[in-house]
This record gives sequence, structure tokens and C-alpha cells, in this order.
Amino acid sequence: MAKAVLMQGNEAAVEGALAAGMRFFAGYPITPSTEIAEKCALRLPQVGGKFIQMEDELSSMAAILGASAAGYKTMTATSGPGFSLMQENLGYGMMAEIPCVIVNVQRAGPSTGLPTSPSQGDYMQARWGTHGDHPVIAFSPSSVLETYTLIIRAFNLSEKYRTPVIFLMDEIVGHMREGVVLPDPNKLKINPRKTSFHDGAHKKCYYVPEGAFVPSMKPFGQGERYNVTGLVHDESGFPVNNSAIADKLISRLLSKIDDHVDDIVRVEEYQMEDADTAIVCFGGTARAAMDAIEAARAQGMRVGMFRPITVWPFPEKPLKARLPQLKRILMVEHNHGQMLLEVRRAVSGAVPVDFLGRIDGTVISPAEILANLNEKEAN
Amino acid sequence: MVGLKRLVVEPLWCKGCGICAAFCPRGVLEIEKGKVRVAALERCVFCGQCELRCPDYAIYLVNDEE
Amino acid sequence: MPSDLIHEYMRIDHLPQIWCAGCGNGVIMRDVAVAIDQLLKDEEYDFDRDDFVIVSGIGCSSRAAGYLDFNSIHTTHGRAIAFATGIKFANPKLKVIVLTGDGDCSAIGGNHLIHAARRNLGLTVICFNNHIYGMTGGQYSPTTPNGDVAATAPYGNVDRPFDIALLATGAGASFSARGDVFHARETTEIIRKAILHDGFSLVDVYSICPTSYGRQNHKGSAVDMLQWQKENLIPTAQFHAMSEQARAGKKEIGILAFNDYPEYTDEYAKVIEACRKQTGGKGRN
Repeated sequence: MAKAVLMQGNEAAVEGALAAGMRFFAGYPITPSTEIAEKCALRLPQVGGKFIQMEDELSSMAAILGASAAGYKTMTATSGPGFSLMQENLGYGMMAEIPCVIVNVQRAGPSTGLPTSPSQGDYMQARWGTHGDHPVIAFSPSSVLETYTLIIRAFNLSEKYRTPVIFLMDEIVGHMREGVVLPDPNKLKINPRKTSFHDGAHKKCYYVPEGAFVPSMKPFGQGERYNVTGLVHDESGFPVNNSAIADKLISRLLSKIDDHVDDIVRVEEYQMEDADTAIVCFGGTARAAMDAIEAARAQGMRVGMFRPITVWPFPEKPLKARLPQLKRILMVEHNHGQMLLEVRRAVSGAVPVDFLGRIDGTVISPAEILANLNEKEAN
Repeated sequence: MVGLKRLVVEPLWCKGCGICAAFCPRGVLEIEKGKVRVAALERCVFCGQCELRCPDYAIYLVNDEE
Repeated sequence: MPSDLIHEYMRIDHLPQIWCAGCGNGVIMRDVAVAIDQLLKDEEYDFDRDDFVIVSGIGCSSRAAGYLDFNSIHTTHGRAIAFATGIKFANPKLKVIVLTGDGDCSAIGGNHLIHAARRNLGLTVICFNNHIYGMTGGQYSPTTPNGDVAATAPYGNVDRPFDIALLATGAGASFSARGDVFHARETTEIIRKAILHDGFSLVDVYSICPTSYGRQNHKGSAVDMLQWQKENLIPTAQFHAMSEQARAGKKEIGILAFNDYPEYTDEYAKVIEACRKQTGGKGRN
């Protein structure tokens, strides 16, 4: 019988990553993510893995891409300022199709902001932080246990779609301690690196056969000699300045995500069956929302929670499916209204979308959410 | 014993920088219309200076003995 | 048809390279190929061609990675050494060679250079030092001599330059050397030794850039610039035989620092070993 253990969100990220097969971590200490680096330094050599503290976040991101190209499942962890520094190489990973996981335990910003205070202000940065049109997968956990299971999924999808996956935590979940019963590691589904359908000719490492959506070159040192670049490249991985090839490549990078949204998107719907009001929230904010829902229901309000677990791509389809039953949506997030933009875009005016946010580094309380619900109910 | 050597020019790769001609100790090479030309093969001693210095791998020696 | 060496080690479909006429980078790139060829053919060592990984950043120098027919990765500006750190640390069996430039490794990537030197991770960094930003059209770099003209120093460069080989030495590099285009054979031998070195090695190779540096500074043709290297860059033995007076304005070509420091991946392997012993010989997951 599995025992419950007391664990912090940041620790769960490490244990989940290890269970997913992560064996290489490069990072630079930054509050409130530092425990992830510390725990990796402790745990990785125990399982034959590698930990390195780099000179900054630019090099941390570069090192995990390099190690991934050498065949490792890799991870880094940071917070806002460091996440900003990682953006260029994050785009490189998307362009060169190198799997890895980037944990961003969000703090209040902009700039150095409030280092130990919760925020969800990097939601849009996770989508648009690196330059150019690019595909993004980002997950956001709302509990310690979910941090563990979801980061495994982050690694799995990173391998499946050959792209960096952003693990968008917040300080609430990162520093929260909960008793958790971890799943049996033998029952976890773990995706290995795709190296299967390659035609063997090293010159075509980025060749994608009919019916597949990513290339499947072997890691460096396994007998294929190919080139990797962040420039627009042909199937041989060599840089080209050709608009037809550029269009084909970037279109595939985008469509490998766009065409598989149903596979990538996960949401939690809590008490939504009879709800006429939906609180949309993600990450740690869900804790307060669920409490507020209990209280609101006790007062007779029919409120439920719609929580994107996959925050990018935004779960547009499942949200739209709920619209016919809804009179109102209340977006609650620890920022100035970022996911709000996505919700309003998806809803397209079909239902009024109100907003409750916070940018002062304090936590939105259940009472505040309840007050907002009551106020509207009264109107 | 020096093997039988041959001087080979790859005109498509030559950018006409003139380094080979300038460093040839025997005045074998010249640049004509932006490309290297073997002007006096009879003077060539197959020393390999041209191959060593050409940044574009457009001139080299082949050992025909092999 | 190219020579056997070029045919063997370069992606000839992509030649001639994009570099300008007279650019020294082609010579340095071939020096690297010759050094690797010598090591692969040397019965004393057991190198596998597939174990070589060429890592480059951004700039003229960094296009070399695409031409060399090895595992190759052309990364972001300044970050080649950081990518290489990940590759080497992940798989220490790989022989990781970073091809970079003066801007790439001492301006935007300067921090990674000094920290890689300090760690003594077994990378070989070869800097194609043309003393200018060539690809963007001749702006001054951290190695552009003081007073020289550049597209962004139209009145003369007021910056004081880095000497990259000495910078790496100061940062604790266990192997630091200087080479050049003119002394191709000597430079090839230095590169061969750098690759063999068990630890971080840097070779600062002076390239020539007649187009973006030479022209604005009236340095003459590519031939003139090579002549300058012949007269002013002096191989070690010769340099040390010269009087102090004769050395004025000249620089030494050769290995400038050579130390036997513990190599990073070896040291980390000891950490893993110690952890395994502590956890009873097997990893706990």
C-alpha cells in the first residue's frame, strides 16, 4: 500500500520529472523555483543523472538543449526574470525540434518584481515570449500531486511532438506542501525519444514521412551525422534561404500542435454539470475558486469551475461546449487579465465574461471570489 | 622518392582571391578573369603551398601513385 | 571533384562556402578537418568519427558547422559553448569541438567562455578571430584593435581589445593557445593537441577578413594580410629565441597555457559513484 508523503510542489516537479526519465538538469538559482535546482542536485546523481549549475539562464536553456540533442531527457527551472532570458533558446528548441521541459515558477513582475509572491503574469509570455510564429505547449498544475503527474505528461508530449514544453507553475503551488500518494512508478506511461522511422541516410535527418508529424533523428553519437540549426532548414538540416521550404517547415511546426489540440488539451471541470456560472482559472488560483464554489453552492448559486490544465494551446473547444448552459463566466487569475483575453476570444460575446484579478503579489481569497459572485447575483 | 603528383583546379569553387598565386614559390599560377589558372605547369614542384593556403579548397595535389 | 580530405570530411554539396574571397575561415576549417583526420587515423587512439560533435554559434565562423560532415549543431549567438557544455556533460564520450568567433565567444558569449574555462569541462573551443563582426558588415568586436576603424567606430575604436587566449588563461583554462591562418601546419598541430587535451582547451586562431576588416583599415589584399601574419605572428620556438626588442608588436603562435587540472565530467562521475555507493549500489527512483 502506497504511503502518503508530505511534499512541496517544487519537490513534486523534480520527483515527477525523474519518474518521467529526466536525467539532466541545468539551471540557475532563482526564487521561487530554487528548490527544484537543489532537489535535482541531490537526486540526479543518485540515479546516474547529471546536474549542473550554469552561469545564467541563457546557458541553462542552451545546456538542456545540447544535452537533449545528445539523447537525454532534460529540464531547467526558473522564474520570471530567468524565463525572459531563456526565450531565445526556447525558440531555438522549437525550431530545431529538441524536446525538453522548462519549469517557470511564476513570481510577481514585471522585472525583478516581488520574488517570493505569487503571480500568473507569465501566461502570455509562455505563449509569445520567444520571437516569431511558433508552436507552444504549456501546462499549469494546481496541486502538488498534479504537479507530479502533469510534469510526466509534459515530458511525454515533449518527446511525442519534439518540442520544448513549458511547465507553468506559480508560487502558490511551488511552495505549497501537501500530503500526496504518488502513483506506482511501474504503472506510469513514459514516452521514449522517437528514433524509429528514420530512413538511415544521415542527410535527411529532418525528413518527416507521410502520416508522421515530427522527424525522428537519433541523438548525437549514435551513428547518424546530421546538422541542426535554428535557421530555416531543409530536410537535411542544412540552412536554406528559400520561401517554399520556409513555409513548409514553419507550417509543419505550427500544425503539429494545431492538428493535435484534442490530444494535448486537458481541462478539469468541477461541478459544471448544472452550473450556469463558470469560474475559469488555472494553476494555484483553482484552490480558492473551489472553496468559493462550495460556499456559493451552499447559498444556492449554481457555480462550477472550468480549469485549463493545458493552458497553451488554450482549451477553446471544451469551453465552447459549455457555453449553452452558461449565463456568466468569471475569469479569476493572478495577473491583470491575460487568460481573460483568450476566454473572451473563445466566447466571442456569447456569454458575459467578468474578471477578477490581482497584481499586488497577494493571493485571491475564496471570500473575494464569493463576494464577486454575490454582487453579480444581486444585480 | 616523390610520387607522381598532379595539380588539380576546381574552378567552380575558386573565388579568385589570389592567395595561391602569391604564395606559389615558382610562379606557376595566375589569376585570370577572377579564377586561378595554371600558367606554367612545367615549373611546378608540387610543394603543396597552394593547397595549404587556398581557403576554398579549389586547388590541390593528387598523388597518382596510389 | 574536391581533394580526398575535403570529400571525406565536408558536406561538399554545400561548397563553396559562403565566405568572401580571401577569407581565412576556410583554412581554419580545413585545419580542424586535418587535425581530426590525423586523430582518426592514429593507431595510438581509439576515436570514432561519430563521436565528434561540432558546435557553433552565430557569425561567419559559425557557418563552419554546416560544412563539416560530423554531428553538427549551429546554435544561437554566443551560446555555442553553453550548448556544448550540455552535450559533453550528458555524454562525456563525445569529442565536442566548438567553432566560434571573436564576437560570438568574447562579446555576447564571453560569460560562457570564462565559465567553461573555469569548470575545465573537456571541450575544445576554436575561435575564428577575424577581429571584426564580418557577417553584419564590419562593426567592431571585442578584439578589434584600439584605434581601428569599423562600421560602428567611424572615428576609430576607443575600446581596448581582449586577447582571447590570455582571457581564457586568466579564467583558468587548462589549455590555451594561439594560432593563425598563415601558420596552417603549426595551427593544425595545436588544434590536434587541443582535441587530445583532457579538459577545456581554447585555440584563438587569427583569421583574416579582407572584406569587412581589411578594407576599412587599409590592410591591403588577403595576400597582404597573410604576409602580415607571416611577419608578426611567430611560432613559439622562434618567438622565444627573439630579443625583447624584436618581439615588439609581434605575437606568439603556440600553446600558451597547459595545466593538468581535474576534468569536470570525471569529477562529476565520482559524485555519481559516491551517490550510488550511498544508496546501496543502485539508483532509487
